[in-house]
Amino acid sequence: MAIVNLQNVTYKYPLTDSPALQGINLQVEEGEFVAVIGPNGAGKSTLCYTLAGFVPHFFKGELTGTVEVAGNESQNSTLSEWVLNVGLAFQNPFNQISGAKYTVFEELAFGLENIGIPRQEMKTRVQDAMKLTGISDLADRSPYSLSGGQQQRVALTSILVMQPKVLVLDEPTSQMDPIGTREVFGVIHGMAERGLTVILAEHKVEWIAQFADRVIALKEGQILLDGTPAKVLTSPLLQENGFGISRYTSTARRARETGLWGKQELPVTLEQAVEGFNSAFPHGEGQGVNAK
Amino acid sequence: MKIEIKDLHFTYPSGLEALRGISLMIESGEQVAIVGQNGAGKTTLVKHLNGLLQPAGGQVLIGDWDTAQHSVAKLASRVGYVFQNPDEQLFSKNVGAEVAFGPKNLGRSAEQVQALVKDALALTELTDKTETNPYDLSATWRKMVALASIISMDTQIVIFDEPTTGQDAVNVARIANVIAELRNRGKTVITITHDIDFCAENFERVIAMSQGTILLDGKANDVLGQEETLATTYVDPPQLTRLGKRLGFRNTVRNQEEFLNNLQGRV
Repeated sequence: MAIVNLQNVTYKYPLTDSPALQGINLQVEEGEFVAVIGPNGAGKSTLCYTLAGFVPHFFKGELTGTVEVAGNESQNSTLSEWVLNVGLAFQNPFNQISGAKYTVFEELAFGLENIGIPRQEMKTRVQDAMKLTGISDLADRSPYSLSGGQQQRVALTSILVMQPKVLVLDEPTSQMDPIGTREVFGVIHGMAERGLTVILAEHKVEWIAQFADRVIALKEGQILLDGTPAKVLTSPLLQENGFGISRYTSTARRARETGLWGKQELPVTLEQAVEGFNSAFPHGEGQGVNAK
Repeated sequence: MKIEIKDLHFTYPSGLEALRGISLMIESGEQVAIVGQNGAGKTTLVKHLNGLLQPAGGQVLIGDWDTAQHSVAKLASRVGYVFQNPDEQLFSKNVGAEVAFGPKNLGRSAEQVQALVKDALALTELTDKTETNPYDLSATWRKMVALASIISMDTQIVIFDEPTTGQDAVNVARIANVIAELRNRGKTVITITHDIDFCAENFERVIAMSQGTILLDGKANDVLGQEETLATTYVDPPQLTRLGKRLGFRNTVRNQEEFLNNLQGRV
């Protein structure tokens, strides 16, 4: 059974004329890792906020259709009930850190304090979550003394201690340098491997191609494409509609026009590109063949 | 207008030694990208170019001006600086006023201001948003307002700090167009970026920094091909550079044209 079930969801922010989401139907199975792509303004963040209950509970506005997670309906719940279903990580971890705590350990316990978890259980949960995300060594540091990648991993851990059923991430690496990006994707991948349902809005298609089970392309508040990474990320519709695509895909497409790419599907990752270009030239087999 | 940096040192009040002896020459009209992990000193370095930071040791010359002897306000006539976060620099009630602020402050005449604003708005595709409040625009368009408000100052040197962070593909292409046009006009463009593919496709010269020093400095292809050295400052070569290497290309390639040419040669 789908853990996330959106039926015909349309949403308009207050004081706006056109809907940010329009007729969204989306079912996500338990344990699925779904990536959401789209140009800025396509509705990625709004979709994340909708799943996390911020729409409509915090932002108000008009929501029609139904938003269901684990059998509960968002419109019939309060935001404080909803946080136990869905955890949301923001683009900028700085926005997530409470500012009320001196150490990472206390920061991680903050959410648990608010829902009245007993002290001993809090400790255990925080320690376990830190181990999972590889930040145990940061426990006594100030949340503000950390690098961007560390801070985002703390923010993710502060969500995981709440043990949500679904993890929603809104471009968690957009403010990170490459090392921070790698650290954060490492954690997300680890969570998905452990069976957590993950919904990730993200521009970085090379990472998506490696980790996601499924990709949804949003355009102007509507679902344009929904399918496997291999299918969606190489669709010609993406480039036509202003989506970012992998250089491997766009270059192989150009190569194909001049007969320099074989019959394979277009590549999204480096490995797929290497394999594709190598097998396109049987006489140049294997890796590391020098140009003549 | 040449930029000359001689043995530049800088230490933050916290004791962090952010720059440890940087020497660098940038000729008028060059397009330079600066890459390297967070904390490498990239932003600290460029903040010395318009006097926001003053050297603890060494010297920074903008043309014939020593930055130690000129105010930030004065240096602003030679060096424009677009911050990473547009919200740190936008404050006017509409886009037109925001973009007019810089040239007005530099003492340009009303006609000149009008012409500079018109040009900057056209270049950043903001003409139809002249009357809009910057904070009613999306983050993507606010970034373009930040660019326009610096371009309108018509400085010889323009600095961009992480122009593509959080931008989608369409806006990254827009920003690349702006940089190409500035090159055509003979401007010096210095850009800090983590977006290594953007760097590869838009800059002729690349400087890689690490721990307050310059690790590599040279033609883009030469720098971007040095995978092992770049890895020490956590920079991956561009996608097509990595692919070319894996396919055994003899030359380092950094964009689609170069890649396809080498692929032709391999067949």
